[in-house]
Amino acid sequence: MAGLMRTLSRGPLHVVIIILALAWMLPTAGLLITSFRTPQDVAHSGWWTVFEHPFNFTRYSLENYRAVIEKSGMGQAFLNSLKITIPGTIIPVMLAAFAAYAFAWMKFPCRKILFLIVVALLVVPLQMTFIPILTIFKQLRLGGTLPGIWLAHTGYGLPLTVYLLHNFIAGLPSELFDSASIDGASPLQVFFRLVLPLSVPAIASVVIFQFLWVWNDLLVALMYLGGTPDVAPVTLKVANLVGSRGQDWELLTAAAFVSMALPLIVFFSLQRYFVKGILAGSVKG
Amino acid sequence: MRTGRLQPWLFIGPALLLLSFFLVYPSIHTTALSFFGRPYSAGAEGFIGVENYRHFFTDRSMLTAFRNNALWVVIFTTFTVCFGLIFATLLDRVRYEKIIKAIVFIPMAISMVGASVIWKFVYAFRPAGANQVGLLNAIVVFFGGEPVGWLIERPWINNLCLIIVGIWIWTGFCMVILSAAYKNIPRTLMEAARIDGASEWQVFWKVILPILKPTLAVVTTTMIVFVLKIFDIVYVMTNGNFSTEVIANRMYKEMFSFHRYGRASTIAVILLLLIIPVMLFNIRRFREQEAVR
Repeated sequence: MAGLMRTLSRGPLHVVIIILALAWMLPTAGLLITSFRTPQDVAHSGWWTVFEHPFNFTRYSLENYRAVIEKSGMGQAFLNSLKITIPGTIIPVMLAAFAAYAFAWMKFPCRKILFLIVVALLVVPLQMTFIPILTIFKQLRLGGTLPGIWLAHTGYGLPLTVYLLHNFIAGLPSELFDSASIDGASPLQVFFRLVLPLSVPAIASVVIFQFLWVWNDLLVALMYLGGTPDVAPVTLKVANLVGSRGQDWELLTAAAFVSMALPLIVFFSLQRYFVKGILAGSVKG
Repeated sequence: MRTGRLQPWLFIGPALLLLSFFLVYPSIHTTALSFFGRPYSAGAEGFIGVENYRHFFTDRSMLTAFRNNALWVVIFTTFTVCFGLIFATLLDRVRYEKIIKAIVFIPMAISMVGASVIWKFVYAFRPAGANQVGLLNAIVVFFGGEPVGWLIERPWINNLCLIIVGIWIWTGFCMVILSAAYKNIPRTLMEAARIDGASEWQVFWKVILPILKPTLAVVTTTMIVFVLKIFDIVYVMTNGNFSTEVIANRMYKEMFSFHRYGRASTIAVILLLLIIPVMLFNIRRFREQEAVR
């Protein structure tokens, strides 16, 4: 009885939470449902009308997905995104791990000030860098190429990844390094046999963070790959579709969902690491 | 550990090289470029002093961008932080906390381009009499109203509609950070206040809020720094038309539509100058917090 009273008195709390959660979910639900409807249905009725006959499967099809993946080039764009994102994640995290280890456990002149500069670079908005880099990329013929954008994402991602990994690696117990040094291990051995294996949780967070950052990026792709459709990632492709097929909601929604599929899988399977990364990276500029 | 004199530089060398190339050198070059321009439209850009800066504080479209960025900073920051705090506090009291948190947090995982498509569809507009396919206009018409061109009605409705998209994405971020801080508050503190006869409302204002203050400061400044650079949502949904221009989108146009690199550089420098004070504050607060832990 007391339990029931408590539940009833907390009724308003539950109502507020459910309403807010619904408000957060409805826009995405609309997108998902629309992407499976026929063009005629989409043009003539709202997506919520499917709930009148939710199990009338003749009204749903994968046709929109076939259309965007094959005809609108979302399939190619998806592959491009993978080609951009995988090296665009591995290279910066690898370089950052090396640097973070040196900053944390090696002695060399100007160590503190150099580290401070690296962290201070978090302040620089990417906009500050576009014009000079574009000029150089043009001369080196790196504009519109995959290596160009890998390097760009590496440069832009380093301040945060170095900072986050340094926080973790500097926190490893110093006895570890003392005993390794007595055993005569070289810094490279220490790095690969001790530091990397022990830093797996931190590296996982940083990898997910950087992966989603690069996958979801529009601005950097627009700058360095904007003029070359054959290497354009999903974000660029969807943004262009909004411009060219702005009223064809069945195509736009399917394309948007293709661009969201991988981040959503990453999110649901690795949510714990993702949240940890967010918590640690809350100073990102 | 045997460390040669050269070895540390091999470890940090690649990172430093790329950082210098992609962040340090361009920042200096861009700052220099911001003093160059084409005062009389034709020919190469020459040194024109602070003319570009003067232009930006007098030009109408740029002033619109400043006004809109100010709108974004105030409304976006207020609502993301408040909603984040509300979710963090309320969800702690229910058993289905995890699932609701995931729902609110999902928009953080998808791109702002994807989110823009989601919301452009919510705002879709058909003339009166036609079947509305956009959720928002369908609701308006259902209650007997006239359909609204949400992204066209300038300057308040459309800007607000764009800002709502941002709030929808970033509330999850604020919620996660504030919730982590909330869970660190010793439960005995709240219990003690309740036993002393404090209402839930008083517990929130007198106990929870003061403890969360440092975290709130960090979250707020992070939101401000982020929103000053807002670009994707505006670029995809309106491209700055109908008085929805923002600073970063203006820079894109100066670069690729008008090819005025001096002016584009000036915008970048202004962005940096706006961000630096907020960021300094943020880093200082963050350090204080770390020290307390």
